[in-house]
Amino acid sequence: MKRLIGVMFFLLVLFFNGQSQEIKVSDFEGLEPALYKSNDTTYVINFWATWCKPCVEEMPGFLEAATAMKSEKVRFIFVSLDFPGQIDARLKPFVKKHDMADMVILLDDPDSNSWIEKVHPQWSGAIPATLIYNSVDRDFYEKPLSYNDLINIIEHKME
Amino acid sequence: MKRAVVFLLALAFVNVVSAQDYSPGDKAMDFELKNIDDSMVSLSDYPDANGFIVIFTTNHCPYAKAYEDRIIELDKKFKSHGYPVIAINPNDPVAYPADSFEKMKVRAEEKGFTFPYLIDETQDVAKTYGATKTPHVFLLERENGALMVKYIGAIDDNYRDAKAVKKKYVEDAIASLKAGESVDVKETKAIGCSIKWKD
Repeated sequence: MKRLIGVMFFLLVLFFNGQSQEIKVSDFEGLEPALYKSNDTTYVINFWATWCKPCVEEMPGFLEAATAMKSEKVRFIFVSLDFPGQIDARLKPFVKKHDMADMVILLDDPDSNSWIEKVHPQWSGAIPATLIYNSVDRDFYEKPLSYNDLINIIEHKME
Repeated sequence: MKRAVVFLLALAFVNVVSAQDYSPGDKAMDFELKNIDDSMVSLSDYPDANGFIVIFTTNHCPYAKAYEDRIIELDKKFKSHGYPVIAINPNDPVAYPADSFEKMKVRAEEKGFTFPYLIDETQDVAKTYGATKTPHVFLLERENGALMVKYIGAIDDNYRDAKAVKKKYVEDAIASLKAGESVDVKETKAIGCSIKWKD
């Protein structure tokens, strides 16, 4: 019986792991509402890709901050600019390894000139780039951020 | 709290520190950089050119790779009209070994680059021009002996699929210049790989 429960639990874990493997894909129109929410939550929107070395290097700090701020009104969204043809080969394995599927969305919208300024007028298009906003103001960083950077910025925003 | 403010100010300051950053209409500086054939190349080496398609690009960047064939096409199409491509790799090869001078030679050979592929070792040219990422295009035109920036940004509006391109920004800009008209779209933005600056 105990073993049966063990097996069922294992299957359940497998099932949910399989579920969390699906990556949401959107064009900019679909993503845009997530960049302009007006409520009591602070949003951290990170633009990244698995092919972008500084993005991959800063990711552990972001995930650590997301975990540390889990009980706060802070939401992290990781907008992947990976090539849609590389979802299975590159994005899924990375997302699975870092257990971050529920925070990832792939932005598939190649005409980036039409939407970069809508994310932030300061953005040149280089990644990593991070928008941190709430209903009061918006900050934009076109450079890597560390765990300490993030905690400082977010805490300042929430004051 | 006070510490957080100081910290945020420091962060903001770092954001501001970047050299000249050209805008369309600015006068561009000439440079002298080492080409993959070990010769030194300057824009003044091309007295007959009407202008230049200066493209900051790298070996490693998937977005730059996606445009390699289109960069070769631009050079083939416009060199004879007096607008040759000058490619410049500004990346730090310590952080990105794929962008070393030796690897630049290999990549140029593999792809059959028809244009100079220069290394910006000090990164001064990229900083002066205001390149932030690769690929990043600066279209220059000669006016009364000076090189003026006419367009800054992307090559076209679809990195992924050359056949699905609707707007060929660089080609359209050159067509306007050749017709003696002002460039319609002077600046565009596109996703690219951030240039790794040396410490």
